[in-house]
Amino acid sequence: MTALVDLSGVTAGYGGRPVLRDLDISVAPGEFVAVLGPNGSGKTTLIKVLLGLLEPTSGTIAIDGLDPRSARHLVGYVPQHRGFDADLPLRARDLVELGLTGSRPGLPVRRRAVRRQVDEVLELVGATAFASAPVGLLSGGEQQRLRIAQALLGDPRLLLLDEPLLALDPGAQAGITALIHERRRSTGLGVLFVTHEINPILPVVDRVLYLVAGRAALGRPEEVMTTETLSALYGAPVEVLHVGGRTLVLAGDGEVSGLLGHHHHDHDHGLDLDHEHGDGRL
Amino acid sequence: MDLGGYLALPFAQHALVAGTLIALICGVLSPFVLIRQMAFAVHGAAELSFTGAAAGLVLIGDPVVGALSGSVVVAGLIGSLGERPRERDSAIGVVLAGGLGLGILLLSQYQGFASAATSILFGDIFAISAGQIWLLVVLALVVLVGLGLIYRPLLFASVDPELAEASGVATRLLGIAFLLLLAITVTEAAQVVGTLLVLSLAIIPGAAAQRVATAPLAATAVSVGVALLATDGGLLLALNGTTVPPTVFVTGISVGAYVVARVVGPRLRARRSRRLDAARGLS
Repeated sequence: MTALVDLSGVTAGYGGRPVLRDLDISVAPGEFVAVLGPNGSGKTTLIKVLLGLLEPTSGTIAIDGLDPRSARHLVGYVPQHRGFDADLPLRARDLVELGLTGSRPGLPVRRRAVRRQVDEVLELVGATAFASAPVGLLSGGEQQRLRIAQALLGDPRLLLLDEPLLALDPGAQAGITALIHERRRSTGLGVLFVTHEINPILPVVDRVLYLVAGRAALGRPEEVMTTETLSALYGAPVEVLHVGGRTLVLAGDGEVSGLLGHHHHDHDHGLDLDHEHGDGRL
Repeated sequence: MDLGGYLALPFAQHALVAGTLIALICGVLSPFVLIRQMAFAVHGAAELSFTGAAAGLVLIGDPVVGALSGSVVVAGLIGSLGERPRERDSAIGVVLAGGLGLGILLLSQYQGFASAATSILFGDIFAISAGQIWLLVVLALVVLVGLGLIYRPLLFASVDPELAEASGVATRLLGIAFLLLLAITVTEAAQVVGTLLVLSLAIIPGAAAQRVATAPLAATAVSVGVALLATDGGLLLALNGTTVPPTVFVTGISVGAYVVARVVGPRLRARRSRRLDAARGLS
């Protein structure tokens, strides 16, 4: 199968200081890749490069064979969430619609064809019930559903999500994860999911891209999330612990990833990563 | 003289036409001022029209041209100094303080009759010439057409900057374009009706609309409505045989509208929350 995303030898950064170094990544259609790493490791930079907002200093990027700028219509993007003011005069459907029509000049007057498309994605993410509510009244999980609806407009082939589970309660985290997982299974959508926290998505993740200081380890979770691999990547002793069904990364600087997550059993999808049994796979 | 008698006089007619035009453009800009957190930029641009006018007076003997070109400089300076609201506020503070100092220096060098420049800070809506009306008509057309063209991308860039940028919207350029429309409006309006009135027309209607409206165009409509009610209502009250200046009535009505929105807003929001809870329960 041809790769949906193909990065080869990509180096990128700001003001001559590289944040990503000589990165090779390939993502297949329908693949769910978690992008992990400490702050400043290049996760957001990777997203910017894939969105065509940052030109790499060397290397090549192809999204479905196109360069990122020409592939914009193939990419859905969920930016890091900031929340909305309670009295922002904007309804749920207005926000979603901007994802489709926001760059067109003129007044935000709704056409029937656009309305239908917006209704479809609202239905898809389970947001129909609150479609006419002001965004500021919605919960974090509901707002994040709208973000995903926005990103799914126009049927993208690749979904880029920047910390989509941040500040969500465990129930909402599970809901958002299931939504994205279901979508990629039914449509072959490729998913790059930037997160601090692998545990809520561990059951559905195909591969992990772990970034440290711009260098990367890429592989199945049980290959990457090990004391050996991560210590080599950090260049310092790192411990990967499995506590109460959760995977915790204890890096030398005291940063702990994965403390807040809850492991969700997901037997339905044939992905039994239930490491409470201590089978040593993770 | 009664109201009918005043309305037959050119000065009263000019005031109503000018007031309506200014209310219209301030009303459409105001919700964006609030969403983009630019109340301080309005204040800065309004006061700096004094510096522009003083410069115009000293250099070319024309305060109006000076103030208009000054507003373009001010918009460019504020736009290039700060993109994020916090950065921008400190940039405006610096430009404002420096600009007012410069204005006083310019005026101190001016040998003529300085009230032409100082009157800008207060304005007089009952002393508007036919020429000023035409200037306002042109300005209103520029602002209405300009904002009509950038409305949707500006809304996108204002509420969702990251996604807008990723979708190819020139967010920075739009920000500067909006600032330019705002600065020109505020400067010209300050010339005609005074700084105080501009502040009440560019900030209060949007603030009131935000409390009651839930959709962008609805907020614009409410904002324009409040601005028109305050301006025309205020002028008519002032013409109705009183010595109280119209500014008092205009600001009074707009503050009153804001208070009403503050009282009604929470009730509306509570009702919307209940409706939302009911909808959630059904799904």
